[in-house]
Amino acid sequence: MRSVRTFALVGCLSAVVGAWGIIGAEARDLTVVSWGGNYQDAQRKIYFEPFAKQSGKPLLDESWDGGIGVIAAKVKAGVPNWDVVQVESEELALGCADGFYEQLDWDKLGGKDKFLPAAVSDCGVGAIVWSTALSYDADKLKEAPASWADFWDVQKFPGKRGLRRGPKYALEFALMADGVAPADVYKELATPAGVDRAFKKLDALKPHIVWWESGAQPLQLLASGEVVMTSAYNGRISGINKAEGKNFKVVWPGSIYAIDSWVILKNSPNKDAAMDFIAFASAPENQVKLPEYIAYGLPNKEAAGAVPANLQADLPTAPDNLAGAIPLDADFWVDNIEELNKRFNAWLAQ
Amino acid sequence: MSRASVRDRSRAFALVAPLILFLALFFVWPLWTMVTASVVDDAVTKVLPRTAAAMADWDGSDLPPPAVHGALAEDLRTVQDQQALGEAVRRLNSAVSGFRTLLTRTVTAAREASDPATLDLSTIDPRWSEPRFWRAIKEAVPPYTDRNLLAALDLRRDAGGSIVAEEPGAAANRIIMLRTFVIAGSVTLACAAIGLPYAMLAAAASGVMRALLLLAVLLPLWTSLLVRTAAWFILLQQEGLINRALAALGLIDAPLPLIFNRLGVIIAMTHVLLPFMVLPIYSVLIAVPRNLMPAAASLGAGPIRAFWRVLLPLAMPGLMSGCLLVFMVAIGYYITPALVGGANDQMISSVIAFYALGTANWGMAGALGLILLAVTLLLYLVYGRLSRSPQLPGA
Repeated sequence: MRSVRTFALVGCLSAVVGAWGIIGAEARDLTVVSWGGNYQDAQRKIYFEPFAKQSGKPLLDESWDGGIGVIAAKVKAGVPNWDVVQVESEELALGCADGFYEQLDWDKLGGKDKFLPAAVSDCGVGAIVWSTALSYDADKLKEAPASWADFWDVQKFPGKRGLRRGPKYALEFALMADGVAPADVYKELATPAGVDRAFKKLDALKPHIVWWESGAQPLQLLASGEVVMTSAYNGRISGINKAEGKNFKVVWPGSIYAIDSWVILKNSPNKDAAMDFIAFASAPENQVKLPEYIAYGLPNKEAAGAVPANLQADLPTAPDNLAGAIPLDADFWVDNIEELNKRFNAWLAQ
Repeated sequence: MSRASVRDRSRAFALVAPLILFLALFFVWPLWTMVTASVVDDAVTKVLPRTAAAMADWDGSDLPPPAVHGALAEDLRTVQDQQALGEAVRRLNSAVSGFRTLLTRTVTAAREASDPATLDLSTIDPRWSEPRFWRAIKEAVPPYTDRNLLAALDLRRDAGGSIVAEEPGAAANRIIMLRTFVIAGSVTLACAAIGLPYAMLAAAASGVMRALLLLAVLLPLWTSLLVRTAAWFILLQQEGLINRALAALGLIDAPLPLIFNRLGVIIAMTHVLLPFMVLPIYSVLIAVPRNLMPAAASLGAGPIRAFWRVLLPLAMPGLMSGCLLVFMVAIGYYITPALVGGANDQMISSVIAFYALGTANWGMAGALGLILLAVTLLLYLVYGRLSRSPQLPGA
């Protein structure tokens, strides 16, 4: 009797374990990961849903907040549970060097010369050109700030300011406010004296800064009047203007633009579908739909040229907007983020 | 031992075996991984074995002999495992900023070189003529290191190998660690101050009232932490409900600074953690016979004296375990301080998250976690000492 019961118990247990195994081994649907918010809503409409319809297979989408540690953990687990990820330029450089990404099939993308040179790499293809810029609520500020020097001027513009927590962007903007020409910012930051200069300039504004972390926070800070101006991602600004009828403005001179890229994680079980998806999202006829929802620049040259004139003016890639802007120096931050973050934390704690 | 007792014992063991397995798998093993990640330092020697061997005779004072250049070029040329190389680079860049671009450039040059053995690396990048880059490689040769643990405590080894403090302004882990305990302690006190009367009220009430009181505690527990924190954001902000209400009542002229400071963090965290205080106290109080307080009164004790001498000592076990729970959970908080706190309210978890997620420096993340664990265990021991021999208050 007992042996029968034991047998049944073992049978049940092994059935449960077996069922787990089957669920685990069953092919996972193509999983695409992006940056959430109104940006991902737009992507869902123009990339995710149409691609799922075209391929006839479901597509899962998830969001993340960046960080090479997240990618490293996924890839080192063996078979990652994400396939396609939209990464920032540092994550592209780091992950490509460390073998975290599959090589892209550029034939499927139509060739490297179809894209902006900065958007081309062995491991990734540019998805958007986006900008971090000074923004303010034009309904609340009578006089418009024009530069980072104005951002630092608390006499002329009393009130708090929002900045992204961390040394990245804060140090660049501080140097520009201190009179460094945008084109020389990274040259200055590469020297210890330049870093000291940036921290010294931040000292002056420290009591007035509200630090934010996620891209949706600066919009909330501006909308509630908690800050009079803040650094923010340009696409979110145009997005909230459209969605909620706000009159937020972006100051383009002194803004810093960067390219986000699509990558495929190493050993992805859906590698072919992932490549097809990236090709779909990079095709000019699909990419051209993005600026209608959110004002990010397009790395596909044909798509960029086909954007209607009334939408062009809001894009980071518009010639007028590029005039006083600089590209983010991913190499600088890849080298220095740890040391400067340590110093930034110490500076905050002083 | 008789056969029967052996069988009994083995059956008892079989019953707890799943628990032991679970503990080993989900508690001991991750902890062990964290400990080893913070002290093991073999990433560099794994991909640069020739360089490590060639450096054995170099004392690290000036530039290494040319043979080391050749060995490094040969190592970089032949490395197959990109991920292993990446780990080595990450380790070196964490010691000296700039290694990332330096090694990327050198790998490319070494692979293109016709005769790597005689390559002078300083022609590829002038940084190779700075001894500190070479020293960083030499320091990464031993298989174990204490640099992560030292860095977690704002210490480092100087060129001579003795332990020195980081210069002020270069690191703040100690301050942030201390801040973490101060915030967790304040939240625990606030929770105790609110939770004890609340639990007494709930235990004294009956029927619908008690159900409602308990529901009010439990309901927030079922809501996402993020939602609760966001709600506090809306309440506390300058133009928020609290400030507007106070202004409308004419109590304040200018809005009170309730958010982006320590006060906001403590308010929000106290609310989030209150259930962990109320429930243990409530579960103890509910078992207290109801006639004890009248009995104390009949013996001549006033309400305060009765509370102090009778109810509080009986509630003590619940209060103590509530405090422990709240404190332990509060130490690991990350999202709430990030959303409603100011620059000086970030807790140590945000630093750990930076290393673990932001830069994949798991050695440093593990070391910080280990130090946090050690300090917490120490506090727990002190707590155990204090709570084992309960000194009745006022006795």
